Amino acid sequence: MTKLVPVLSAHWDEKDSFTLEAYKRHGGYKASEKALAMDPDAVIQLVKDSGLRGRGGAGFPTGMKWGFIPQGDNKDHYLVVNADESEPGTCKDTPLLMANPHVLIEGCIIACHAIRAKHAFIYIRGEVTHVVRRVNQAIADAYAAGILGNGVDVVLHIGAGAYICGEETALLDSLEGFRGQPRLRPPFPAIAGLYARPTVVNNVESISSVPAIVLNGAEWYQSMGTEKSKGTTLYSLSGHVANPGQFEAPLGITLREILELSGGVRKGHKLKFWTPGGSSTPLFTDEHLDVPLDYEGVAAAGSMLGTKALQIFDETTCVVRAVLRWTEFYKHESCGKCTPCREGTWWLVQILRDLEAGKGTEADLAKLLDLCDNIMGRSFCALGDGATSPITSSIKYFRDEYIAHLTNGGCPFDPVASTLFVGAGA
Amino acid sequence: MSEVAVEMITVVIDGFEVTVPKGTLVIRAAEQLGIQIPRFCDHPLLDPVGACRQCLVDIEINGRAFPKPQASCTIPVETGMIVKTQLTSPVAEKAQRGVMELLLVNHPLDCPVCDKGGECPLQNQAMSTGQGSSRFEGVKRTFEKPINISSQVLLDRERCVLCARCTRFSEQIASDPFITLNERGALQQVGIYENKPFESYFSGNTVQICPVGALTGAAYRFRARPFDLVSTPSACEHCASGCDMRTDVRRGKTLRRLAGEDASVNEEWNCDKGRWAFKYITAVDRLKVPMIRDEAGELVEASWPEALAVAAQGLKATSAAVLVGGRATHEDAYGYSKFARLALGTNDIDFRARVTSDEEREFIAAHVVNSSTTYRDIDKADQVLLVGFEPEEESPIVFLRINKQFRKRALKVISIGSKESVGVEKLKGEFVKVAPGQEAAAISAQKLTDKSVILVGERASESAGVFTAVAALAQSSGAKLAWIPRRAGERGALQAGAIGNLLPGGRPVTDSVARQEIADAWSVNSLPSQIGRSTSEIIASVNSDQIGALLVGGVDPLDLENNKEALAALDKAFVVSLEIAPSAVTSRADVVLPVAAVTEKSGSFLNWEGRARSFDTAVDDSLNRSDLRILSMIAEEMGTSLNLGTVTAAAKEIASIKNWQGEPLKMKTASAPAQRQLNSNEALITSWRRLLDLGTLQEGEENLAGTARQTVAVISAKRAQALGVANGDLLKVSTAQGSVTLPALIENIHDDAIWAPRNSRGSQLLTDLNAVHAEVVTVVRA
Repeated sequence: MTKLVPVLSAHWDEKDSFTLEAYKRHGGYKASEKALAMDPDAVIQLVKDSGLRGRGGAGFPTGMKWGFIPQGDNKDHYLVVNADESEPGTCKDTPLLMANPHVLIEGCIIACHAIRAKHAFIYIRGEVTHVVRRVNQAIADAYAAGILGNGVDVVLHIGAGAYICGEETALLDSLEGFRGQPRLRPPFPAIAGLYARPTVVNNVESISSVPAIVLNGAEWYQSMGTEKSKGTTLYSLSGHVANPGQFEAPLGITLREILELSGGVRKGHKLKFWTPGGSSTPLFTDEHLDVPLDYEGVAAAGSMLGTKALQIFDETTCVVRAVLRWTEFYKHESCGKCTPCREGTWWLVQILRDLEAGKGTEADLAKLLDLCDNIMGRSFCALGDGATSPITSSIKYFRDEYIAHLTNGGCPFDPVASTLFVGAGA
Repeated sequence: MSEVAVEMITVVIDGFEVTVPKGTLVIRAAEQLGIQIPRFCDHPLLDPVGACRQCLVDIEINGRAFPKPQASCTIPVETGMIVKTQLTSPVAEKAQRGVMELLLVNHPLDCPVCDKGGECPLQNQAMSTGQGSSRFEGVKRTFEKPINISSQVLLDRERCVLCARCTRFSEQIASDPFITLNERGALQQVGIYENKPFESYFSGNTVQICPVGALTGAAYRFRARPFDLVSTPSACEHCASGCDMRTDVRRGKTLRRLAGEDASVNEEWNCDKGRWAFKYITAVDRLKVPMIRDEAGELVEASWPEALAVAAQGLKATSAAVLVGGRATHEDAYGYSKFARLALGTNDIDFRARVTSDEEREFIAAHVVNSSTTYRDIDKADQVLLVGFEPEEESPIVFLRINKQFRKRALKVISIGSKESVGVEKLKGEFVKVAPGQEAAAISAQKLTDKSVILVGERASESAGVFTAVAALAQSSGAKLAWIPRRAGERGALQAGAIGNLLPGGRPVTDSVARQEIADAWSVNSLPSQIGRSTSEIIASVNSDQIGALLVGGVDPLDLENNKEALAALDKAFVVSLEIAPSAVTSRADVVLPVAAVTEKSGSFLNWEGRARSFDTAVDDSLNRSDLRILSMIAEEMGTSLNLGTVTAAAKEIASIKNWQGEPLKMKTASAPAQRQLNSNEALITSWRRLLDLGTLQEGEENLAGTARQTVAVISAKRAQALGVANGDLLKVSTAQGSVTLPALIENIHDDAIWAPRNSRGSQLLTDLNAVHAEVVTVVRA
């Protein structure tokens, strides 16, 4: 059975884990020292060889992304770190940055060296004020220690609370001071990104994984995970579980294993459905407990690994209600640029509200699915696609429950039963 | 300069091959085959955005298919590309149907009361691409409606499909990013900045390209249904840019004017003045019947024969001269030109109803008449030099064309003047700051090449030596040269010889061969050979009793310098006035003959390029006649035949007279005056007319007037400090003639200069100060 392998999270349990001192105590900033002595192309090759793939959701090979940056073009290059973690369920970058901001800073130094950039920008979600403070302190400490400012500068930019700014080109627009809306591609950020300069946009966890790879080598990283999904990653367990939190394990671990290691579904209940990677990845059910949680395994089972945000829902949860809540989120967060997402989410919410209230007929389910078909793959960016995932997958697995709402004339579930405070006398 | 060969690419669309230049978007390659892919956000002159998703098609390249339908408005053709549109791909067809249904989710079904109904891309494409009825049963988004985003543009937000055409136009074409999309999701909406209305000179284009009825013009809103309008292609009479236009008339009344399409001139744009300033045509005080002055000195209505007889008699009785304004068409100007020579036997004619100089007259005779610098030359220029010319204010489509090249390839723009303008700032132009009157030396210092273009405006006549310096610079560098007057008719009038030193086709009156050519064309024995008087000389000659009668067409004496003298001359002379509305001329005239406005007649203007912009009668049941017809009748009455009974006849005769092939007139050189020494409370005035001002052709259009720029007096920071004034403090600017009091604005202007608009509310410099450029004025805190 796969075991938990803490690499990123190795020292999170130490009280001062976020300090420069603690980071250095465990070999911090040794990797950047080593990398800076290497040829930049060798660093890119090392990351390519390690098999590290983007941890922001799409799983694009990180080294390959770095390799796209044109060299010798006499232009400034930029590294942009996407810390705009806003997907419902996704909660890995926040604890990572709280517990160990320096690993990201070190990762930035290495990545900047590799792509010949002098500036890194960390675009952080504005709501997480505590993380902003912590990362700011870490950056200040790194400058004071002469770690930053000698060839690499890091700027922390605080977002203003739009989910769309997690989309890399919308993030770049927002970072430039415009409204965050996705850009037309091409040109891709590697050619014309921030301020129209070659830019790498990476997730926090991707960049934070780099120092360990540099220190321990590509082979070490390769030795973990599955054939095409290498290394360890953070699985964020939340919802109806005994012990929610971050579980770092090699890619390919199953939910059954994680639940066993963590104490399982909350006591007295059983798993009903779950998301493998946040709310925009199609739902899984208890049939999927043994799906290997790597990029290929999850895709083969009809979903996406996404951000490995394992939201667990037990049998007390009304799936229609859960899906409606997510859909309301997408409607609220749709940036408005393209028709399918903007108008589609507006409409989806109204249909789902009716369904939850027991209004409508089975024909509305067909309409809902057809509407999803008209949004999925028709939108400008992945936001619209993501909005349809919970709907189509929930109808696939729980069609009867939707119909039960209609025959019952409303939701057959007691919403209180699904709360965590049920039975607590609340 | 040879054009670079364009690589051609062949693609297959719906089974048909089409070969198009590399870089062509799929949606436009399809158009070449006659395949219409539905679209909203796409516009051929705007950068692609891919927002509406209406134009989704299936694409494969060399056997590799895209996994999902692609927006054909964002993807350029590639070799090996196979495209399947809604005609051959069920997936694309369903995708388009789906998007159309979604677009209508939040769109109101208020077509019966919407201005766009009947000419609406959404309505049309909902019919072609949508389904008969919607499956949407929910609640539509609503907004308070409408909101004024300027005094002339209204926004109904719930109708907006958020295609971003208007915002992209404002940013990419006009460089006036005064509107933007804000909010998000279905609540996204077009908005303006707080307390900053959409006051762009080009805002009307957004109304025209809006694919729904979200943006409407205040003047046209709720006025008509498109299918009740009769549209006539026309040309704009407001400036020398030469916009192609469309005039929409219902039951004899002009209700709307739109920009027409002409890729080589205005592309698809025009300015707000051209679009909205046409109320003067339907003004209640339009002249409709002839009038003559009776014994008591009152103007009274008269029959045409009576009025013509009085006019003919008066003009025949004494020496007469002709003043014709810039609104005359090419054909009308030709009529005035021929009338002066044949009926009056004089070369005393001048089309320049404004501040002029002899240097200008020589310059245009030597370098402008028959020349052909074009918009295309701006497209290819390595740099553009602006002299006495503010394109945004004085020829807005020239501004758009320069701006296009600036945005596309950072075309270098140099402007020589005393005050930096908003337009030049937008073009990131190099502003060469000189004291008013000292332009010539700065012009001579420019380094141009044979790929450069010099655009010189009519205001260059206000500084001695400027035309001389411009001509010398063009000569030494080989740069292309263009003279861009403000008014629509001036270039045509120049070609028609409505000026004292030239006969039609640029023939010098002093050249016997030239004279004989025209005499032959006109079937007369000889023509007057002495160079005629200019506008100011004609006026002076009236006042000194050398000229006894004036034939005046379309001239506002308040546009002339020393206009007190001009009014005195009009009072003194026997005046025959051809006019569309009562004016300072008609009130002093002995005979007033009503003439047709531009929509009521056919004809053509020659724009600054010398390109003919012909137009048909848009309102055909008008009783008003063209100047040409009336001139012919007066001539007949005088016993001379002009043989110009109709516009067609005049156009034919003009076409038969080829351009002069002989030596053009030589230009005498003029030199710049010495720099003036100023006392501390003195400044040199400089000014220009703003696009939107008190021009007579803008009368009656209050919505348009509401977007005019504020009237200010611009001074330098140094002068402001010396005077102890801040922005908004009142300044009093005075001359011996009078004064204006205006709020101060501190901007980039020469320390010796003060700028004020020439003809705006509260600042009519010709009448108030009788000083417009390089004259000393006194500036004090008011």
